[in-house]
Amino acid sequence: MRLPTFENTALARRGFLKNLLAIPAALMLAHTSVPALADEVNSTGLAVTDDTVKVGILHSVTGTMAISETGSVQAEKLAIEQINAMGGVLGRKIEYIQEDGASDWPTFAEKSKKLLVQDKVAAVFGCWTSASRKAALPVFEQYNGMLYYPTFYEGLEQSPNVIYTGQEATQQILEGLDWAAREKGAKKFYLLGSDYIWPRTSNKIARKHIENVLGSKVVGEEYYPLGHTQFNSVINKIKLKKPDVVFISVVGGSNVAFYKQLKAAGIDMGKEKPLFLTISVTEDEILGIGGENIEGIYASMKYFQSLPNENNQAFVKAFKERWGDDIVIGDVTQAAYLGPWLWKAAVEKAGSFDIDKVREASPGIELTTAPEGYVRVHKNHHLWSKTRIGLAEPDGQYKVVYESDELIEPDPFPEGYQ
Amino acid sequence: MFAEYSASELTSIFAMQGFAGLILFSVFVLMALGLAIIFGQMGVINMAHGEFMILGAYVTYIISNLFADYLPSIYGSYFFLAMIVAFFVTAALGAFVEWAMIRHLYHRPLDTLLATWGLSLILQQLYRTVFGAREVGVTLPDWLMGSYPVTDMVEVPVNGLFVMGLTIVITVGVALMMQKSRLGKQTRAVVQNRPMAAAVGINTEKVDRMTFALGCGIAGIAGSAFTMIGSTGPTSGQLYIVDTFLVVVFGGASSLLGTVASAFTISQAQSTMEFFLSGSMAKVLTLLFVVGILMLRPQGLFTLKVRH
Repeated sequence: MRLPTFENTALARRGFLKNLLAIPAALMLAHTSVPALADEVNSTGLAVTDDTVKVGILHSVTGTMAISETGSVQAEKLAIEQINAMGGVLGRKIEYIQEDGASDWPTFAEKSKKLLVQDKVAAVFGCWTSASRKAALPVFEQYNGMLYYPTFYEGLEQSPNVIYTGQEATQQILEGLDWAAREKGAKKFYLLGSDYIWPRTSNKIARKHIENVLGSKVVGEEYYPLGHTQFNSVINKIKLKKPDVVFISVVGGSNVAFYKQLKAAGIDMGKEKPLFLTISVTEDEILGIGGENIEGIYASMKYFQSLPNENNQAFVKAFKERWGDDIVIGDVTQAAYLGPWLWKAAVEKAGSFDIDKVREASPGIELTTAPEGYVRVHKNHHLWSKTRIGLAEPDGQYKVVYESDELIEPDPFPEGYQ
Repeated sequence: MFAEYSASELTSIFAMQGFAGLILFSVFVLMALGLAIIFGQMGVINMAHGEFMILGAYVTYIISNLFADYLPSIYGSYFFLAMIVAFFVTAALGAFVEWAMIRHLYHRPLDTLLATWGLSLILQQLYRTVFGAREVGVTLPDWLMGSYPVTDMVEVPVNGLFVMGLTIVITVGVALMMQKSRLGKQTRAVVQNRPMAAAVGINTEKVDRMTFALGCGIAGIAGSAFTMIGSTGPTSGQLYIVDTFLVVVFGGASSLLGTVASAFTISQAQSTMEFFLSGSMAKVLTLLFVVGILMLRPQGLFTLKVRH
C-alpha cells in the first residue's frame, strides 16, 4: 500500500485549519499501514495471520444481476472450501468476506474500497458486468489490490491489478465464426445484440473478421435496448434477409423473449436455416428460456457443463453435492471457479501473499486440474484457453460438437479489429 | 432498399410485419389495462404494477409444475386454470396492499409513487427469496408454441393469436363492467365526486379496494399470458413498467378508450420503425414522438369531460 504523501506546494495552499486536520489523519494512516504481523509472507500488512488469510467475494446477490452472479459466488465458495480441505494456501486457511454489489456499479467501487482498505484482503474474486469492473478498477489500481474477474468480456483492457479468467472477445468469437464458415459453409451473417458495450464491441470484431478474413458478407447488424421483449420485427427481417448464420449477443431477460418468439414464429432452429450461433447463452440462461425453446442453436464458449474430461466430471459432481442436484453450471461459473485456484498457485509460486509478488508470479501459472481442461496465464493477465462449440439440446445442456485443437492466445487489443 | 426482393416476398413481409404490430398492440393493451384502472380511475401511481404481473407469471409457473406432476394427461389445458388462479391471487394481494398501505395515501398521490416503489422492491426480494435469483422456465403446452403457416413465407404464431384473443376478451369485459355493472358505475361515481357518491350511500372504501384489486388481478392475467413471450424472474416486472406508464399517460389517464388508442399508435409506430431502422433507434424515435405529442397535448390523447 502506498503511503499518503503531501506535496509541499499543495500543503502551502491549504488553510491553517485544514493543515491541523490533515496531519493527524496522515499519522493515523501511516500507523495502520505498518505491518501488523512481521511475517515474511506478508510484508504489506494484508489480513494474514499464522493460520488464516482473508479474501473478498464481491458479486451482486440482490438486484437484476443476481440472476447471473449467483453461480459465480457458488463456484468461488466451492473452490475456497476445496482449497481449505487440502490444507489452504501456504498453510493458511482461506476466510472469505462476502460483499454485495447489489447490481449497482458505484456500490462495487465502494465495497472494493472497503475490502481493500478496511479488511485488507489478499485477493478479491468478483465483478460480473463490464460496467461493475470498470467502476471497481480505479479502486484496485489505487490501493493495489488483486481482482479475479470471471466473465467473458469485450477485451480492450489489461490492468496489472486484474486477472481475467474468462475469455476476451477474440478468443470466443473468431473460432466460432471460422467454424461456421468452414463446417457449415456460411457466407452471409446477421449480427444481433443487446445495446451496450459488450455486444457492440463483439460485433465490431465479428464484422471485421467476416469481411476481411473470411471474405463473406454481413447482411444485417442490429441492436435492441436491454430488457427489450418484442422481437417479431427483427425475426421478420431475418426471414427476409435469409442469412446463413445469425450471430447473437442478446443478454438477460431479452434472451427468453427472443428465443420463445423465434420458436413461435415457426423457425425450426434445428434445421440450421439459418444457423443460430450465440456467444451469450450459457446453461444458466437456458434454465429461464427452457431447453425446448432453444434446442438446435449453437454456442461458442470455452466451457460447457457436458465436457467429458475427468476434471470436469469431478467438478460437476462436487458442485452438485455442494449446491444441489438441480443446479447447472455455465461458462462464467467455471471461470469463477478458476479464480481461487489461480490465486493459490501464484501465491505458492511467489512464496508470499504480497500483491506485487503475486502479480509477478502470475504469468505462466498453469492449472492442469481446471474443469475446462488446461489453462495458462498469459503475461497480459488473460488465460490461454480452448474454444468449444456446443449444440443446445432439449434437456438444457450443450453437446460439444467442436473443440479448437490448440489453446488460443488471448489478445485483448487485437490489431486490425478496432 | 427493397429492390433485391420479389413482389411476393414483400407482400408476405408486410403481412407479417403488420401482424407483429398487432401482437405488440395486444401486449401493450394487456399490460396497460390494469394500470389504467388503478392510475386512471383512482389516481394511484402504482410502481409495483410490474411485480403484480410477475406474481401472475410465478402462479403460472407453479400451476404448470403441479399439472406436470399430478395431472400430466390434461397438461395442455393448464394455462386456462393458471390465468384464473393468477387473477385471484394477484387481486387478493392487491386488496391486501390497498388495505394496508394505499388507503392511507389517497390524499397524497406523490407518496403513493414512493410507497409502491418500495413495495416493488419488497416484492422483488420476496420472489428472489422464494423462487431463487435465477429466472424460472415456464414450460408451455405444445399447442401454444407452434405456428400456423398461411403461405411459405407467412407464419402466424399461435401464442400471438392467443394474446390477441385474450386482450379482446378482457378489454371488452372491463369496458362492459365499467359501463354496465354495479361496481363499474360505483367506481365511476366515486372517481367523479367522492363526497357525493358517499352521500348517496356508496361504500367508497369498499369500491376503492375492489377497484385496486381488479387492476392488480388484470395485471396478474397479463403476467400469466406473458410467460409465453417473455422471461419470469424476480426483476422481470421492471421490463414492462416503462412501456406500461407510457401507454397509459399517452392515452390520457382516465380513459380506457384512450389507453387502447395509445397502445395502437405506439405499437404501430414502433413496429414500423423497427423494421426500417435498428431496434434502439426505433425506441428512441417512438419516445420522441410520444414526448412531442404530450407537449402539444399534456392531457393525453383522450380525456373525460368532467365538470369540476
